[in-house]
Amino acid sequence: MWKFLLPFAAFIALAVLFAFGLNPKRDIHALPSPLIGKAAPAIALTDVMDPDRPVTNSAFKGQVYIVNVWGTWCEACRQEHGALLEIAQQHEVPIIGLVYMDQRDKAKQWLETLGNPYTAVAFDTDNRTAINWGVYGAPETFLVDTQGRIIYKFISPMTPEVWQREFLPRIAAARRAGA
Amino acid sequence: MKLLVLLFGFALCVLTAALTHALDANGQLEDPVLQTRFERITKDLRCLVCQNESIADSNVELAGDLRRQVQEMLIAGKSDEAIFDFMTERYGDFVRFNPPLEPKTLLIWGAPFAVLVLGIGIIFRVVRRRSRMPLDDEPTPGSP
Repeated sequence: MWKFLLPFAAFIALAVLFAFGLNPKRDIHALPSPLIGKAAPAIALTDVMDPDRPVTNSAFKGQVYIVNVWGTWCEACRQEHGALLEIAQQHEVPIIGLVYMDQRDKAKQWLETLGNPYTAVAFDTDNRTAINWGVYGAPETFLVDTQGRIIYKFISPMTPEVWQREFLPRIAAARRAGA
Repeated sequence: MKLLVLLFGFALCVLTAALTHALDANGQLEDPVLQTRFERITKDLRCLVCQNESIADSNVELAGDLRRQVQEMLIAGKSDEAIFDFMTERYGDFVRFNPPLEPKTLLIWGAPFAVLVLGIGIIFRVVRRRSRMPLDDEPTPGSP
C-alpha cells in the first residue's frame, strides 16, 4: 500500500508547489514589504511643480492617504496615469506623488501634458526618501492609515479594478478604525 | 562669541575633511578595513531590481544608491549588523543572500539537512533489504 501512496503523495506535493511557482498571475518581482503595519517614513521634500513649495506627509497626518511612486522613465507609470486621474476625480483620498530617479523639469512636463492627479508631488532629489520607503521600482503605491501607518502596498500599474478591489475596502476599514 | 564661531568653523572644516577624505578618487573608501567590509556587505545584499545580482555587481541605479548608503553608514561608524538591519527593515529578509536563521527561514536552512537524513535513511533500508536477499550465484534450493 505505502509503495503506491508515497510516490503519489510526493507527486501531489510537487504539483502543488509547481502550481504556485508557475502561476502566470503571480508577479515574481513583487516582494512583500516589511513596512506594512509600520509607521510611514517621513517625506520632507519640495514640490515638482515649484521647488519653493515643501511637500511633507506630516501635513496629511490623521487622514488616510496614498503615496504613488513614479518616474518619467517608467513605462508602466504612463500606463497607470489614466487610472490615477480617474481616481483623483473621485476625491476619495489625497494622492501624494513621489518622483524617483528623475529630473524635475521632465516630471513637471509630464504632469503638464498628461494631467496632474496628485494633491502634492514630492521630488526625491537623491532617492533617499524612496530608499526609506523600501522602493525598488516604479510604480509602487502605498496606503497610509489615520495613525500614519502603512497598511498596504501595491506593486504594479494601478487600474480602476485594483482601486475598487484592493484600495477602497481598505480605505473604508481604515476610516472606521480611525474614527 | 568670536571664539565660538571660530571653533565651530574649525569643527565644520574637520568634519567635511573627514567626510570627503573617506572616499578616494575611484569612489573607494580610503580606509582599507572599511573597504573590505564594504565589499563583503555589498556582496551579501541583493539588488532588488535584478534579484539575482548583488548590489556589488549590479549597474542598476538602485544598487548604486544602496552602495552609497552602505558607504555612508560605514564612514559614520555603523556596525555590519546595523547596516543589514537598515536594509532588511526596508526591503525585507529577501535583500540578504544569507538570510538569518529564524522560525520563518527554518525551512530554507533545514531542508538540505532533512533531505540528507532522508537519503541516508533510504540507503540504509535498501542496503539492509538487499543483505537479507539470497545472492544470485547461490543455487536456490529445489532448482536443478
